[in-house]
Amino acid sequence: MPHNSWRPTASAQALKARALLYSDIRNFFAQRQVLEVDTPFLAHYGVSDIHIQCIHVPGYGFLQSSPEYHMKRMLAHGVESIYQIARVFRDGEQGQRHNPEFTLLEWYRLGMALPELIQECVDLLKPILQLEQVAHYSFRRVFQQHTGLDPMRASVAELEARAQGTTQLPANLTRGELVDWLMATVVEPALPHDQITVIDRFPGWAAALAQHTQDDDGETVALRFEIYAKGMELANGYQELTDAQEQAARFAQDQQTRKNNGLPPREADHWLLAALEHGLPFCSGVAMGLDRLLMCQLGAKHINEVISFPFDRA
Amino acid sequence: MASYSTNEFKSGLKVMLDGDPCAIVENEFVKPGKGQAFNRVRLRNLRTGRIWERTFKSGESLEAADVIDVDMQYLYTDGEFWHFMNPETYDQLAADENAVKDAILWLKEEDVCTVTLYNGAPLIVTPPNFVELEIVETDPGLKGDTAGTGGKPAKLATGATVRIPLFVQQGEVIRVDTRTGEYVARANG
Repeated sequence: MPHNSWRPTASAQALKARALLYSDIRNFFAQRQVLEVDTPFLAHYGVSDIHIQCIHVPGYGFLQSSPEYHMKRMLAHGVESIYQIARVFRDGEQGQRHNPEFTLLEWYRLGMALPELIQECVDLLKPILQLEQVAHYSFRRVFQQHTGLDPMRASVAELEARAQGTTQLPANLTRGELVDWLMATVVEPALPHDQITVIDRFPGWAAALAQHTQDDDGETVALRFEIYAKGMELANGYQELTDAQEQAARFAQDQQTRKNNGLPPREADHWLLAALEHGLPFCSGVAMGLDRLLMCQLGAKHINEVISFPFDRA
Repeated sequence: MASYSTNEFKSGLKVMLDGDPCAIVENEFVKPGKGQAFNRVRLRNLRTGRIWERTFKSGESLEAADVIDVDMQYLYTDGEFWHFMNPETYDQLAADENAVKDAILWLKEEDVCTVTLYNGAPLIVTPPNFVELEIVETDPGLKGDTAGTGGKPAKLATGATVRIPLFVQQGEVIRVDTRTGEYVARANG
């Protein structure tokens, strides 16, 4: 054991910056009359999303990978717009920008469509990041601009050839996986660091819990956006799916994909489905990674510089 | 045989890839927002010394390589094999030229080296980070140069050539960093 490993990895300056950031966030939402809430970190169900693996706690259930389901149950119950600074947990996510336990700011705005919520994110981020410029692209356009390929219409062989140019990839990747790889390794690093970049209208297959719509070419896209700054993905938002049947169908689809990919099954959260059946009001919601936001603020290269005790020494 | 999932990848881990034992040099976790996660991995093929870059879907696994590092004392060479002894068990092993090729210029009898064994046989020999070797050949330095700014080549007892300061003379023993091949200091005593 290295003799220094009892120490926090975050500097005193980083610990103070975190406290200040939380207080700025609380002021921001207090001014907009968004209510701070608290939901369980440990619960019976985990998410079925095939790209998110929850940490199982034997005898109890799962450490939550997002406060989303519980917050939606609150919204269906009839509370107003809400936010939460939540600890979340994801199995196997560890690296320069990932720690298995991290902090999300998640909020939901009743009656708000996606463009308004995007604006609210920008309003929150501008002073924190001290950035003025905002660029807005559709997923298709920004992907095409940096890879030369249309993510929805290029053939899988073309996407594969483009991706193989970057590394030796595993064989038989799907269109979605190839697009994910190119997005993470070609598009994201090419986005300008000194501006806030909003990307929206994600491909339909990447909707998760967002509503679908058609783009100008008639392709199915998700009412979902992501925000990037300083080379980092900071936030992910949806115009929320409120249709219980569609939600149940997506859960079932996840179940099938999990089975095909040899992933552990995840039972659908009946309470969430019941809440949607009762009626989730029209709303948009977004999750923002606060550890990464601190990295941007402080110019940190590794997430460990802003987390007091990363899992290696926690 | 055990296997390691991408979750367990870290530098130094020994795994099998395309039939060769490899050591992970670097493991980078790549995940686009809510999409498929990948591990971009740099590995050193322990048989050839080549660096490979491969990408895996997170959650995939690789078989563990039956590779261990042991500290062994270098004894002698018979010209074909280089003989090493485990100082605790007195077990002896012979490494072939391929295994010692990167170490050969730094091997001094009785020095303790790291011998990497694959399925029990020596795969690579790594010399100590610092070795002390005698200068067998070098030009006499210029009188008055004590700052050692210029430097001159020197041939060492093992056949290696390093640059040394002008004031260091033939017959002296010097300390060399084997990772960079650079002179460090005169050896004490």
